[in-house]
Amino acid sequence: MTVRTRVIPCLDVANGRVVKGVNFVDLKDAGDPVEQAKLYDAAGADELCFLDITATHEARGTILDVVRRTAEVCFMPVTVGGGVRTPEDARALLLAGADKVAVNSAAVARPELVADIADRFGSQCIVGSVDARRVGENRWEIFTHGGRKPTGIDALEHALRLAELGAGELLVTSMDGDGTRRGYDLALIRAIADAVSVPVIASGGVGTLDHLVEGVVEGHASAVLAASIFHFGQHTIAEAHQALAAAHIPVRSH
Amino acid sequence: MTIALIDYGAGNLHSVHNALRKAGAENVVITADADIVAKADRIVLPGVGAFRACRDALVAIPGMVDAMNDAVNQRGTPFLGVCVGMQLLADAGEEFGRHEGLGWIPGTVRLIEPTDPTVKVPHMGWNDVVLNGANSGISALIEAGEAYFLHSYHYEAADPAHVAAVTDHGGPLVAAVARDTIIGCQFHPEKSQRYGLSFLSRFLDWRP
Repeated sequence: MTVRTRVIPCLDVANGRVVKGVNFVDLKDAGDPVEQAKLYDAAGADELCFLDITATHEARGTILDVVRRTAEVCFMPVTVGGGVRTPEDARALLLAGADKVAVNSAAVARPELVADIADRFGSQCIVGSVDARRVGENRWEIFTHGGRKPTGIDALEHALRLAELGAGELLVTSMDGDGTRRGYDLALIRAIADAVSVPVIASGGVGTLDHLVEGVVEGHASAVLAASIFHFGQHTIAEAHQALAAAHIPVRSH
Repeated sequence: MTIALIDYGAGNLHSVHNALRKAGAENVVITADADIVAKADRIVLPGVGAFRACRDALVAIPGMVDAMNDAVNQRGTPFLGVCVGMQLLADAGEEFGRHEGLGWIPGTVRLIEPTDPTVKVPHMGWNDVVLNGANSGISALIEAGEAYFLHSYHYEAADPAHVAAVTDHGGPLVAAVARDTIIGCQFHPEKSQRYGLSFLSRFLDWRP
């Protein structure tokens, strides 16, 4: 067999606490990202993603504490995105125990940041985020600030640039689909996945297990990221793997 | 039993430390001191990032490579290299130019170049670890299963007998190399959940 398609639950974290809380039972502290990371580790998630949406620079250290405590008890790959502006930010996260860091807005303003991080720490640890909105027939534009601010940058061109600069992976999020539970923007995911040689993670809009399957079969993604369908107990990681396997997509056995 | 975990700036140092402790190691010493490495009962070399940067950082520690050589190749101290820590065992690596490695297990570390354009590089994710029957001495240490890989360069061993396990990503890739008391794994045991912890536990119990 070949490398498995990855199923990646994503936790939004602000000031060290989980946002959009997860209502699993039997948690000592349901707002603690580490408690939730442990559950996903035990459930056989292929990777975990923390998205730090801490608004203030002062509270930034809280994500480092979350990553450090997660790395002590979870033995799975962890990606951290949000607020990475310099190679020093990336270094602090990697030393705390993150395996990969995702860069968003800072790499829109300064794409060279991706090259700086790749040169120092290796391409394998830098994920380029592509946050895009559809602006026409098969045309997408990069938006920043949670999808509110247009940049005029073509999403496909930006994705190619990030990969050329050394991003080892791209996290492609449809800002139109995010939170809608109507499925990925498959044309966006596929346009980018077919154009770059690095793996693409599909993100934004998952509401059903079929959406995960579509992300791979139609979107050509190497990994599928989702939040609410896992957090609210709608589906388990094992069910996600089973749905992919039923569509003849290679997944990890449990 | 003292396990020396060599600190030469590798980013996965603490993850490997956490995993070794979880796997049952009681006395793991994170160290850049050649004397401590020389006296250890087990030596672990972690590593992520570029071959040359890791090689340069290791060589820059006074006496470290000599201490590793004496311990492993003269006195038979069990040794584990992880990811780039495994790739450094080769004669040379070709990432950002050709650079010499430790030369403990003959081979060259080269870019993964799949002929099928749908095969993505880096090789990133969970994949098979398939034992190489020709290297039967290693079967007590490594088991067949699925482990997490994250790399763009791969080990081309000069002698097939040194290949302990393989995986498949657009063609066969070396998943582990071994010789005498040396084992190197391309996958990340510290990120491979139960499979990885079990592998590390076996390394701690290994009596090569």
